[in-house]
Amino acid sequence: MAEPSAWSPYAAVLASRMRAQLSYPTGFALDVMGSLLIAVTEFGEVWVIFHNVHVLGGLTFDAVLVLFGLSNLGFGTADLLFGHLDTLPVFIRAGTLDAFYLRPLPVLTQLMTSELDLRRIARMVVFAITLVVGLRLSHVSWNLHNFALVTISVVFGTVIFCALFVCAASLQFFLINAPELTNSFTYGGSYASSQPAAIFPTPLKLLFGFLVPVVFTGYLPTLALLHLPGPELLPAWLAWLTPVAALWVWLVALVLWRWGTRHYQGGGG
Amino acid sequence: MPPDLRTYLKLVRAGFARQANYRLAMLAGLATNLVFGFVRAAILFAAVRSAGGTLAGYTAGTISSYVWLSQGLIGAIELSGSAEIGDRVRTGDVAIDFTRPVDLQTWHLAEDMGRAAYTLIPRGLPSVLVGALTVGLVLPRTPLPYLLGVLSIVLGVAISFYARYAVNILGFWLLDTRGVRTVYLVTCTFLAGLYVPVSLFPTWLHTLAYLTPFPSILQTPINVISGRDLGVDAVADISMQVIWVAVVCMVGRVLTSAGRRKLVVQGG
Repeated sequence: MAEPSAWSPYAAVLASRMRAQLSYPTGFALDVMGSLLIAVTEFGEVWVIFHNVHVLGGLTFDAVLVLFGLSNLGFGTADLLFGHLDTLPVFIRAGTLDAFYLRPLPVLTQLMTSELDLRRIARMVVFAITLVVGLRLSHVSWNLHNFALVTISVVFGTVIFCALFVCAASLQFFLINAPELTNSFTYGGSYASSQPAAIFPTPLKLLFGFLVPVVFTGYLPTLALLHLPGPELLPAWLAWLTPVAALWVWLVALVLWRWGTRHYQGGGG
Repeated sequence: MPPDLRTYLKLVRAGFARQANYRLAMLAGLATNLVFGFVRAAILFAAVRSAGGTLAGYTAGTISSYVWLSQGLIGAIELSGSAEIGDRVRTGDVAIDFTRPVDLQTWHLAEDMGRAAYTLIPRGLPSVLVGALTVGLVLPRTPLPYLLGVLSIVLGVAISFYARYAVNILGFWLLDTRGVRTVYLVTCTFLAGLYVPVSLFPTWLHTLAYLTPFPSILQTPINVISGRDLGVDAVADISMQVIWVAVVCMVGRVLTSAGRRKLVVQGG
């Protein structure tokens, strides 16, 4: 047998989590349906708005499909990888987090690999279809420039949303039993990221453009792909700086996480 | 006062007092309400502007009222699909509950009413206030819409409770109600008009929505309290809500008695 690598404990946990989910096929099928339904209604909300108007914040429906696809692919992947961090408040309240501290592995990587929710893959299909259809309808060709933009947007969009999950989880060390605040960061961020940011008043543009930079995950790349100039404060060329935005949120996330894990005093017992 | 009613009133008070313990959680809930409120307001304002100033009878001022009143009511109407009864069915504690000298469904309704009433103080009123101070709201200037509105909100909370109760009582037959609850959450938030008012739906979807109790949970109370529906319309709205309260309550009662017959208690 090969020498166990540093990754093998994580791989073992993940494999067992996936087997566990698949061992109840009916429940799993229902969960997948639920996940698909979420994606469809999220799309429905956008569609209802465009049933009433033709242009929203300078974007047509075709363009909004690209925006919706890009930002949600990023968020969906992050949710798959890091979404289960929102069970942290349960661990903190029940005192079971102590066990994570005792194992000779970093707490964050243990939590990250504590679950891989397979049903969350289902809705990614909806987002991917929306993106491809949107790109086709908007006549975006697959040249190197556009391919690079889509890749940067989805990859670093995922990285940005992962950091937001870590930020939100870190705050849970201070706010006992307030998972809803987590939602305003993560789900609120995702909701804001799939809107054409031109519609935001200046304070929201600053908030979602630079402090919690979710406009980098969908809106800015969409502008760049469609050669649109973009509103004040958010020019399209910023799309190429998405990795910088990702770096910024990860810096904040790691500082907050360090601060949070040091603050934790254990549940006693 | 009949002793039964006194018991239920005590339960309402207990629900209220219990909720009052989670102050930080309330504050976090308010923060979430505000973030979503600002984003929703921006979207719907842009839609009204793009439509040339009015959209399905909404102006910037009235759509703002729609957004902030609905943000204010989110805590009370609890669209999440979870209800405490679900846990009690799953753990089997419901067996003890059946032996108590109160009606199971009404007892949980009373507690939920107390919970809902409390959330209006730290989450409901501040949301509406923030909306009024930042973007401005257009609200009626006569007392009648508010009086009818309060009644309509109470009915909306009751419909929401009865619906969640019915969904959670399915735990008598299902190993895990998470799938059903997710489907409920998604359908309910969309058809209740949380993200986009039901009034903006295309005709077929609008008709479909009103075949379910969901618009009566959120869209209707807002229509009544904001004065969008006045006089006869408001009375028709409230009558519709009363019908839905009766229907959803009956569904829950039938399921409860069927579940009660199925329940096997493993002694010990």
